[in-house]
Amino acid sequence: MIRYTATRLLSLLLSLIAASVVIFTVIEVIPGDPASFMLGVNARADTLLALRDQMGLNDPLFVRYFNWVTGMLTGDFGTSWTYKTPVAELVSDRIWVSLPLAIYALILSTLIAFPAGIIAASHRGGVSDVSIMGATQLGVAIPNFWFAMILVLIFAINLRWFSAGGFPGWDDPFLAMKSLTLPALALALPQAAILARVMRSSLLDTLNEDYIRTARAKGLTKRQALWRHAVRNALIPVLTIIGLQFSFLLAGGIIIEQVFFLPGLGRLIFQSISARDLIVVESVVMLLVFVVIVVNFAVDLAYAAVDPRLRSRA
Amino acid sequence: MSRNIVIGSTLTLLFLSLAALSFAYTPYDIQSLDIPNKLHAPNAINWLGTDHFGRDILSMIMMGARTSIAVAVLAVGIGICVGVPLGLLAAARHGSLLDELIMRGNDLVFAFPSLVIAILITAIFGPSAINAIIAIGIFNIPVFARLSRGAALPIWERDFILAARVCGKSSFRISFEHVLPNITNLMIVQGTIQFSLGILAEAALSYIGLGAQPPTASWGRMLADAQTLTSIAPHVALVPGFAIILMVLGLNLLGDGLRDWLDPRLRIQRA
Repeated sequence: MIRYTATRLLSLLLSLIAASVVIFTVIEVIPGDPASFMLGVNARADTLLALRDQMGLNDPLFVRYFNWVTGMLTGDFGTSWTYKTPVAELVSDRIWVSLPLAIYALILSTLIAFPAGIIAASHRGGVSDVSIMGATQLGVAIPNFWFAMILVLIFAINLRWFSAGGFPGWDDPFLAMKSLTLPALALALPQAAILARVMRSSLLDTLNEDYIRTARAKGLTKRQALWRHAVRNALIPVLTIIGLQFSFLLAGGIIIEQVFFLPGLGRLIFQSISARDLIVVESVVMLLVFVVIVVNFAVDLAYAAVDPRLRSRA
Repeated sequence: MSRNIVIGSTLTLLFLSLAALSFAYTPYDIQSLDIPNKLHAPNAINWLGTDHFGRDILSMIMMGARTSIAVAVLAVGIGICVGVPLGLLAAARHGSLLDELIMRGNDLVFAFPSLVIAILITAIFGPSAINAIIAIGIFNIPVFARLSRGAALPIWERDFILAARVCGKSSFRISFEHVLPNITNLMIVQGTIQFSLGILAEAALSYIGLGAQPPTASWGRMLADAQTLTSIAPHVALVPGFAIILMVLGLNLLGDGLRDWLDPRLRIQRA
């Protein structure tokens, strides 16, 4: 397990370095000069030079990249050109909306998908299986932002159970969670549909295994064999999907935040794009990619922890 | 033929026909505004109602189908044209440094969700349908590269590949003349699935303003415009939403049906 972890850790570091180089290159090298963008076309040459100097744009590329990376490692993401505030501060304010939203959606998605997948697999070919699979086929086809609009129409505008948008802050956790419920549900539904399908097919594979037949031969009822042996083993591939889904939920949250006017990373990134505040875009994108890579790493480790065959392959 | 293929291909053909028809005919001109007739519910004149500018929604759905299909097809095209050769190359050089480089490159691209790629591209070049195609296309590359490599590896172990090698054919020729035809079915199935994901991604990018820009009609753009109108005219949100759902559902059913139809194990069972 130590060797496997070390190999994966090395791969994680290389991925992070490569991702940072890609993001830095795309944002800093290809576009025009941010200083001249900020000052406009009529800027004087000496003013432009002074601003470029202040923003560190006169340094060689390698130095700028090095400063950016070392800055991030110490929690200094630079200063937003439009907000005149440290990017770390902007991000830390917003992450407390985006991260809980993704986690809430992941929990809802799992809570919906597990029972649905298990019921469908244990009643294969029956009415419940056909209905659940039909519903998942539909769930996969529904765009989450459209589903969000429909949820607002039903539960916020017509029934008035929830607010149609906005976030009251974490001073009152109940209100905060309430305002995240519709967005989390909208994010969770399509992912729940995918997860339920994976859960079903994984459980069907497991139910065909010899050890399930042995368990039944030992006298276990179908239900006992299902819960004691099949479900546990079927969870292994489902873990990977859950890990992948977290990345999708975090990135997908960017769109859902637009529907519900949530002050999360999504809104920050769009406001920054329209203001050409590239240092914010660069840092938020790096943060999102960092989370995706680290979550995938964690999933690999969890996968190896429950499936010893993987460890020996490292 | 399975029920999935019949329903899936019917829905897919319906939208392909609507998109094709829009080049020659739409019930109304979507460029002309008719404010007095705004937000009319579906009726005998405007079958799917009108939007906040009084434009005919059916005509916009037809034009939007064209945008969605064009973006998704081109994005799948990028994925196939770049991803499949990379996957075949990695399989032909299995275990080499090149194989490792291609696969790690794939992992790297996978770390960037398509939305994040779109954000990066938009931050540089500004929003447009072309950028949406590039963003979704880049995301498709590792999907096809991984799949084609995985499918090609067992084929390289087969006797007819050994025979081709004995004949003196290069790895390049073997990959394209013998391996590729054997994985085409799988690529068609995956292509259908990526096509449906492309429709969803295009709608999402247009919805947040990173995709097709006005006056180009787009289903995602229609939903963005409808967002504040759902309480007074639900049809402006429901119609484009149902169009996306039916198109994606059709493609998914078609993909599922084709996979079952082309799977040799299932074919033997059917026989």
